[in-house]
Order: sequence, then C-alpha cells, then structure tokens
Amino acid sequence: MNALHFRSVGSGALARSQPAPDFIRFARSWALRIASIVACLWVWQQASTRGWHTIIQFQNVPAPTEVVQATQRILQSPKVLSHVVNSLRRIFLGFSLAAVLAVGSGLVIGRFRLAGDALMLPLEILRPIPAVAWIPLAILMFTSPEYSMVYITFIGAFFPILVNTIHGVQSLDRRLIFASMTLGAGPITVFREVILPGALPSIVTGLSIGMGTSWFSLVTAEMISGQFGIGYYTWEAYTLQNYPDIVVGMIAIGVLGMLSSWLIKQAGAWCMPWLRSGAATV
Amino acid sequence: MSAPASVDGARGAIRLRNVGISFGAAAQPMVAVRNIDLDILPGEFIAILGPSGCGKSTLLGAVAGFTPVSAGEIVMDGEAVRHPSAERGMVFQHHTLFPWKTVLGNTEFGLKLRGVRRVERRERAHDILRSVGLAGFERRYPEQLSGGMQQRVNLARVLVNRPRLLLMDEPFSALDAQTRLQMQELLLELWQELRMTVTFVTHDIDEAIFLSDRVVVFSAHPGRIKAEIPVRLDRPRFTDTLTSPEFMRLKRGCMESIREESESPHRLDRNAHRPSALPACEAAAAPSAP
Repeated sequence: MNALHFRSVGSGALARSQPAPDFIRFARSWALRIASIVACLWVWQQASTRGWHTIIQFQNVPAPTEVVQATQRILQSPKVLSHVVNSLRRIFLGFSLAAVLAVGSGLVIGRFRLAGDALMLPLEILRPIPAVAWIPLAILMFTSPEYSMVYITFIGAFFPILVNTIHGVQSLDRRLIFASMTLGAGPITVFREVILPGALPSIVTGLSIGMGTSWFSLVTAEMISGQFGIGYYTWEAYTLQNYPDIVVGMIAIGVLGMLSSWLIKQAGAWCMPWLRSGAATV
Repeated sequence: MSAPASVDGARGAIRLRNVGISFGAAAQPMVAVRNIDLDILPGEFIAILGPSGCGKSTLLGAVAGFTPVSAGEIVMDGEAVRHPSAERGMVFQHHTLFPWKTVLGNTEFGLKLRGVRRVERRERAHDILRSVGLAGFERRYPEQLSGGMQQRVNLARVLVNRPRLLLMDEPFSALDAQTRLQMQELLLELWQELRMTVTFVTHDIDEAIFLSDRVVVFSAHPGRIKAEIPVRLDRPRFTDTLTSPEFMRLKRGCMESIREESESPHRLDRNAHRPSALPACEAAAAPSAP
C-alpha cells in the first residue's frame, strides 16, 4: 500500500500525466474506515443514551462519552500502572517460558521420530484441554495465585507454538537437508543452519497465535483468581458497578493484545529478512 | 584408505560393484536398480541417460551417500561411500539454495562449515561467483533470481568446496533451451578448469553426448546399465559440435539403445517405481519423477 502510494507521488512526470489514482484510492479507503468507526460509535452512543431495550439492555451499557470520561479519570490514578504492569509481567513470563519450551520440544519432536513417539501422546491428550479448564487445578497446584496465573498464560501459549513448530520442521523441503549434507553439514549443523531457519516462518506464526491465546487465558485467570491485572480490574469494575470501567478494561486488553502481536510480527520480520515484501521481486 | 590416484592431482575415481538398491519390505522389495557395475576415471565426465523413473536418480543419491545400497558397494578413491560428504557435491534438478541466505551466504556455506576464516571465505565465494557470472548479485536472496541464475549459485555453492566428484541430477532440465545451452557451456568450462569427476544424470540425449566423455544408457524396471557409449568428440565443444556427423552418429546409437528399451515387452511387469510408495530419500533424489 505504502510503496504504491510513494511511487505515484515520487515520479512527478508520471503523476502529472496520470492523475494519481493510487493516492485517491488510498484517501478514499481511509475516509471509509474512519467513517465506519464514527458510525459505530454514534449508534452505540444513541443506543445507550436513549436506553434502547431489546434483547440487549442498553441502559446498563455505558455510552462512549462516559467511557472517555472514565478513561481520563483512570489514567490519572496511580493504580492503573500497577494493573498494566502486573498483566504485562505475567504475559512476559508465561509467554517466554512457553516460547522456549514449545519451540525447543517442537524442533526435537519434528526432527526425531523417537522424540515424537515419547512425547506426542501425552501432549495430544493435554492439548484439547482449554487453558481456562486448568484454572481450578492450577490454583490448587501452585503455592501462590501469581504462579497459577503465569501457568495459565503459559498453557494458553504453549500448544499453538508447539503445533506450528512441529509443522514447520516436518514440512521443510528435505532436499535442503540433503543438500546441506553434501556440503559437509553434520547433524548439529543441519539443525542450526537448516531446520531452525527453515521452520522459522511457521514458528513465528505459532508465536503470534500463542500471544493471542496467552492474553485470552491470562484475562480469564485474573478474573477468577487475580490480585491486580487488567482482567481483575475489569471484573472488579463489574462487582463495584463501575460500568464505564468495564469497557475501559476491555479496550485496554484489546490495545495491549494488539501491541504485543504487533511486536511479535515486527520481531519476525526483523529476523526473516528474506520474507520482506520487497525481497520477493527481482 | 589412501587415494591412489591423487599423486598427479587426479582424484575422484569411482567404483560401483554389483550395486543394488531396493525399497520396502524384504519379502516384496521394490527394486530400483540392480547389478550396477561401473568404473569412473578420475576427472572423467560421465552422463547417465535413461527414461524417467529408471532409477538413475536413486543411484546418484546412493553415490552421494544419502540413499543406502541394498547390495554391492560404492567406492571413491579406495574409500567406501557410507555418508554424504562435501567431497561429493550434489546439484538437484530444482535449486536447493537456502531461501534464508543471500547468494553470498549460500555460496560460502561449505567453507563456513569447514571453519574457513570469514575474510578468506568471502574472497573465495566472490571468486567462484565471478566465474559463474554472478558478480554483483551477492546480496540477493535466491527467490529474487531467475531459474538459470539459481542453478549458477547452486553450482558455485558446490564447487567452492572443490569436491572430488560432482553429482548432477537433471540440473538444467527445468530451464529454457537457451539458458540450458549457456549452462552446459559454463559447466564444461568449469570442469575443464577444476578437473573434478562429473556424473551427470539426464534424459536428454543431446545433453548427454554434448557434455560427456561416456554415455551410460540405463534401462528401467529395475534400472540396469544397458550400454556404454564412449564419446570422442574434440574438446572444447561448442554449439557446432551439436550438428557434426560424429555427433549424429552417436545420437543414433543412443536412440537405438533407448528404443529397444521402450519396446521391451516386460516394461510394465514390475512395480519397481511407484513414487508415492517410496521413502523420502528417493522422493528427494528424484523430486520431479512423475
């Protein structure tokens, strides 16, 4: 999108003879996107101020204006920082642990049949259990609720990363492995120089899916057993009947989740320069 | 253990004795090749000619060391072949360059594995890239190159290791006719300069004769050596060679040999080649076998 845009603006002579259709398309599509957001907000505002009552009771739904006021109030309170920091710390710990263990075991399982035979069956049994279903046992298992929440985050991220890593290893073109062996590569070099980079696109996909599911799991865990954290804050707002704060919490979860997925994407693009959009053309 | 021919720099003598390769259960094996006896001289250029699915790629995989033989032995310079090695470089039909490495990174890969210092391996990689005509493309990724250029990098990546034996599995068959001819001439040039032994698998009669010192004609189901046709055309060879009377005579010889093969009545009497049922090694050694 950007490249097209710049090309039409950059080549002056061309732009004069052809009246920049790319630019118009660019402006039009953004105008449409903003208009649709405004329209949604307007409907929401109308519905809650007029108290529409269908199957949704809009009199309990805070209006966008109330949410904005609540946001301004909350941003000034010192408590907000500790909620965000607590959630981020749990995500960081749980997700990092999951990334290291899932990528490591995924590489080994994908490469060695023996490892697959030894590990896959228990993992396949555990995999369909949603992270949320782990919450009661996690609370009992760990000495502190903090550990149990990190564990739930970990479980949420682990399986998507594992499955994608295994898939990445197994779908690697085997000729690349043979070619590397006829160039003098031993088993360790094959692993480091061929299998790991070859599986990397799949691994990054797994990490970005895992990031989404780890947020999902964390918020649920915080609602049930938390002290501080965005999920806890949102649930607390409900129990204290601070309805605008519920929406603030939801938006915060959305924004933080989006930012962390964006980070994963950027990191992925950075370590896979051969997949950058410009690289695919001569 | 020693390499007897290496005294005068001539290395890469290959000996195949009664080689057989089969896949599947011992009770009902699928025989890919059988009873292969072949001696290749150091520095010789051999073309293996045969129909698709005759087991010639499988045999090449065995010489490279990643397909185990079921019978007989393969020996290079007095040493039995058991594992893949940088001494036996392989070029496949479709490029096997690492998509995540640049042209330079791919080319210096073998040197890096041998612990050659960065400065020196850069220099040697640049040299070999220049000799395959790719100076200036060092920073590109494989996907940014044309098919012909990809095979040039492939060739450079193998030759930078100075292998004693170069194995080529229909390396130019996916290229257009003009590019193919350029690549054939380039290969001959490099071979004349480096003097490694070359074993070149192809189903193209012209290509086999144009390149080689000897054409080994394969028959299928199971793969066996049907005929060996020495090619005594003068070198260096150019496009003119392709229309000389001697070339035509050799071509007629090859064609007769192949025609007998395709008319043979027991052509379909064995399931020697069912690509879907073969192990991954075979599928990899013959990636485009129909």
